[in-house]
Amino acid sequence: MEKQEFTITAYTENHVGLLHRITIIFTKRKINIESLTTSESEMEGVHRFTIAVTETEEQVQKVVKQIEKHVEVLKAGYYKKKEVVQQELALYKIPTESLTNGLEVERIVREHNARFLTIERDFVVIEKSGYKRETKALFDELRPFGINEFVRSGRIAVARQQHGLGHDVEEMLMAEA
Amino acid sequence: MGTLEATETKNKTAPSAPERIKGSEAIVRILLEEGVDTAFGYPGGAIMPVYDALYDHQEKIKHVLARHEQGAIHAAQGYARASGKVGVCLATSGPGATNLITGIADAQIDSTPVVCITGQVAASLLGSDAFQETDVIGISMPVTKWNYQVTSAAEIPEALSKAFYIARSGRPGPVVVDITKNAQFEEFDFEYKKTTHIRSYVPVPKLDMEKVKEAAEAIDNAKRPYILFGQGVILGNAEKEFKTFIEKTGIPSAWTIMGLSALETDHPLNVGMLGMHGNYGPNLLTNECDVLIAIGMRFDDRVTGNLDKYAKQAKVIHLEIDPAEIDKNVPADIPVLGDAKESLIELTKLVKPNSHEEWLQRFRDCDAMEQEKVIKEELNPNTEILSMGEVVRIINEKTQGDAIIVTDVGQHQMVACRYSKFTKSKSNITSGGLGTMGFGLPAGIGAALGAPDRTVISIVGDGGLQMTIQELATIYQTKPKVKVLLLNNEFLGMVRQWQQLFFDKRYSSTEMINPDFQTLAKGFYIPTNKVTERENLEAAIEEFIDYDGAYFLEVMVGKENNVFPMVPSGSGVAEIRLE
Repeated sequence: MEKQEFTITAYTENHVGLLHRITIIFTKRKINIESLTTSESEMEGVHRFTIAVTETEEQVQKVVKQIEKHVEVLKAGYYKKKEVVQQELALYKIPTESLTNGLEVERIVREHNARFLTIERDFVVIEKSGYKRETKALFDELRPFGINEFVRSGRIAVARQQHGLGHDVEEMLMAEA
Repeated sequence: MGTLEATETKNKTAPSAPERIKGSEAIVRILLEEGVDTAFGYPGGAIMPVYDALYDHQEKIKHVLARHEQGAIHAAQGYARASGKVGVCLATSGPGATNLITGIADAQIDSTPVVCITGQVAASLLGSDAFQETDVIGISMPVTKWNYQVTSAAEIPEALSKAFYIARSGRPGPVVVDITKNAQFEEFDFEYKKTTHIRSYVPVPKLDMEKVKEAAEAIDNAKRPYILFGQGVILGNAEKEFKTFIEKTGIPSAWTIMGLSALETDHPLNVGMLGMHGNYGPNLLTNECDVLIAIGMRFDDRVTGNLDKYAKQAKVIHLEIDPAEIDKNVPADIPVLGDAKESLIELTKLVKPNSHEEWLQRFRDCDAMEQEKVIKEELNPNTEILSMGEVVRIINEKTQGDAIIVTDVGQHQMVACRYSKFTKSKSNITSGGLGTMGFGLPAGIGAALGAPDRTVISIVGDGGLQMTIQELATIYQTKPKVKVLLLNNEFLGMVRQWQQLFFDKRYSSTEMINPDFQTLAKGFYIPTNKVTERENLEAAIEEFIDYDGAYFLEVMVGKENNVFPMVPSGSGVAEIRLE
C-alpha cells in the first residue's frame, strides 16, 4: 500500500498526559508525526487533536483504533487529503531595510495573499496562511531578503462535509445527558 | 489543563457519608470498599503513610511483603488470574515504581486487571529531581490501560474509583495511580462512590445482531469450520456458553496458551494447542478450514507464524471485545464486537445443530501422528534421561487435572502447556504475551493466595527461577501453599534449542553453572527434594503434591532435550515440524 497524506482527528477529554499517551502510539510504530495541534473543539469541555502523517491507510486505520481505545478519547477518525479543508499558518520575520530598498517585498506579499502583522524599526513580521506548498513558496521568495526567523504552525483541518466526526461526539454526549 | 473532576462519572453507587480523614487512610478504606483482601507490595519512603494506615486494618487486608517489587506485581497478577479479582500492588516512588514496570507490561499484554498504587515525592518537589523521584506516569504510560497522578487528598477517591473500574471492566488491564506523599498526609472530607461509567470509555461495544446473523450463516454453511479460542472466554466468564456453542455446532476447537483451561482438556472437541510449539493438527489444519472462528484471541505472531501463509483460504469470523484487535493482524471477514458471553449466547441461538465427524477425524489423525513421533517419547522416554513431559504426565495422574499450573517462560512452559490436563477454568497461569522470565515463582505465590482451596503448582526452569528466586523468602514469611517444581536442565533451554537449530549449535551464554538449589531452598526453610533417577520420580511427586504447605521439588531433566513440534520463526503454520 502507498503512503499518502492523512489527517487524524481525535475528540478527547482535556487531561494532563493525554498528549503523551497519544504520541506514544506513533512512537511505538516508528511513525513520524508531521504536525500535531491540540485545541478546544466546537463542544465545551471537549478537546481536539489534529495530527498530520504520511502513512499507508492500513497503518493509519490501526493507529486510529489504538487512539480511540484510550479511556479518555471520545472518538477518533482519519481523513484523506481531499476529505478535509486544511490550513497552516506561517510567520516570517525579515529586516525592515528590505522594505526600504524598493517595492519588491510588498509586491511579493500582495501576490501571495499574505499580510504584514507588524512593522518595527528593525524588522517586520509577515503572516501567511495556506497549504504547506504556499507558505513554502512565499518562504522561497522572501529568502533573498534575509529571513531572521520563520515558523509554521501544525496543520488544522475540518471535514469537507457538513457533519464531521464531531457530530458523532455530540450525539454521544447527548445520549449521556 | 483540566482536572479529574471534569470527567463526568454518573450512575455511581450510593455515596458513604463524609468523614474527615487522612489521604492514606482513605486509600485503605477504598481498598476495603473495592473488596480487596490481599495486597502485594514493598514499603519505602514515599508510600509510608499508606503502610501506616494498613497497620490499622491488618485483619481485613493481608499485605504480602515481597522481596522485590517485580515479585510483588507478578504475585498480584497470579492472584488476579487465579481469583478473577483485581490484583493490588503497592510500591514506593523511584526504584520501587520502576521495578514494577516489567510486571505492568506483562499485565497489559495479557489483559490482567491490576491496580498499582505508587508513592511519589511531595507535590512541591515534583520536577526537582528529588530523592527517589521518577516520572512514573511517563514511564508507565505505554504499558498501562490508564494512569493518573494524585497531588492532593481530595483527588484520591475519584482516581482510585476509576482505577478499579477501568482495570476490571471491558478488556481488563493494569492501571497505575501515583500518589504524592503530601496527598497521603493531608486530611480531607472523605466520601466514596464506585465508578460505573466514564463518558469517554466504552468497555463493552454494543453487539451488532446483523453481524451475529452473518456469522451464524457462515458457520451453518461451513464444511470445515474451526474455532480458535483465547483468554477472552475466561475473562468474559463465558466458559459455559463457549462449551454450549461448540457442542451445538460440533466444531473442533483449539486454544492459545492464554485460553488454556477455558475448556477441559479431555473434551472431545478440544483439539489442542495453537502456535509455535502447539499441536500438529491445530497448526496444519488452520490452512485447511473454510471458516475460522476466533473467539477472544488476538492472533499473536506466536500463534499465526508467517501471516502471508496464514489461513488465506478461510473466511474469518472474529468475536472480540476490543475494536483495536479487529483487522490488526488477520483481517476479519465478519467482525463480531462485544462481550464473549453475550456474543456466544446470541450466536448459539442462531446456529443450527451440527457435527463435523469427518473433519474432526482429520485432527485425530494428526494427533495420532504427533503421538507417534513426539508425544509418546516425551511422556514415556525410552532413555534413562528424564524428560519434562514425563514429570507433567505424573502430575496429571496425581492431580487428575484439578490443579492450577503456573509456569515461567521457556521450554518447561511449552511442555507444561502442551501436556498439563485441566478440568477447571482459570487454572493455567503463564506469561503469554510478554514472555517474562521470573514470572512463575511469584505468580505461583499470588495464585495460591487467590485460590487457597486449590493445589497450585508453579513449574519453573533454572533460568527463570534465578530471576526472582528471592521470593522464596516471601513463601517462608507468608506461607502460601505453593508447590515449586524446578525442571532443571542446566541450560537456558529454549534459547539453546534455537542455537542448536538455527545458530549452528553455537551455545553462546546459555549454559548455566548453577548454585545448589537444595541448599538454597533449605536456606529459605522450605521443604525440599531432588530427583535425578526415574525410579524416585513418582514417589517424589506424590509427596510434593500431598504435602500440606509449600514445597520445593527439583527434577534434573535432559540437558539438551528439545520441544517439538515447532513452527520455525518466519514459517507458515502448515510448515510445522514434528522433528
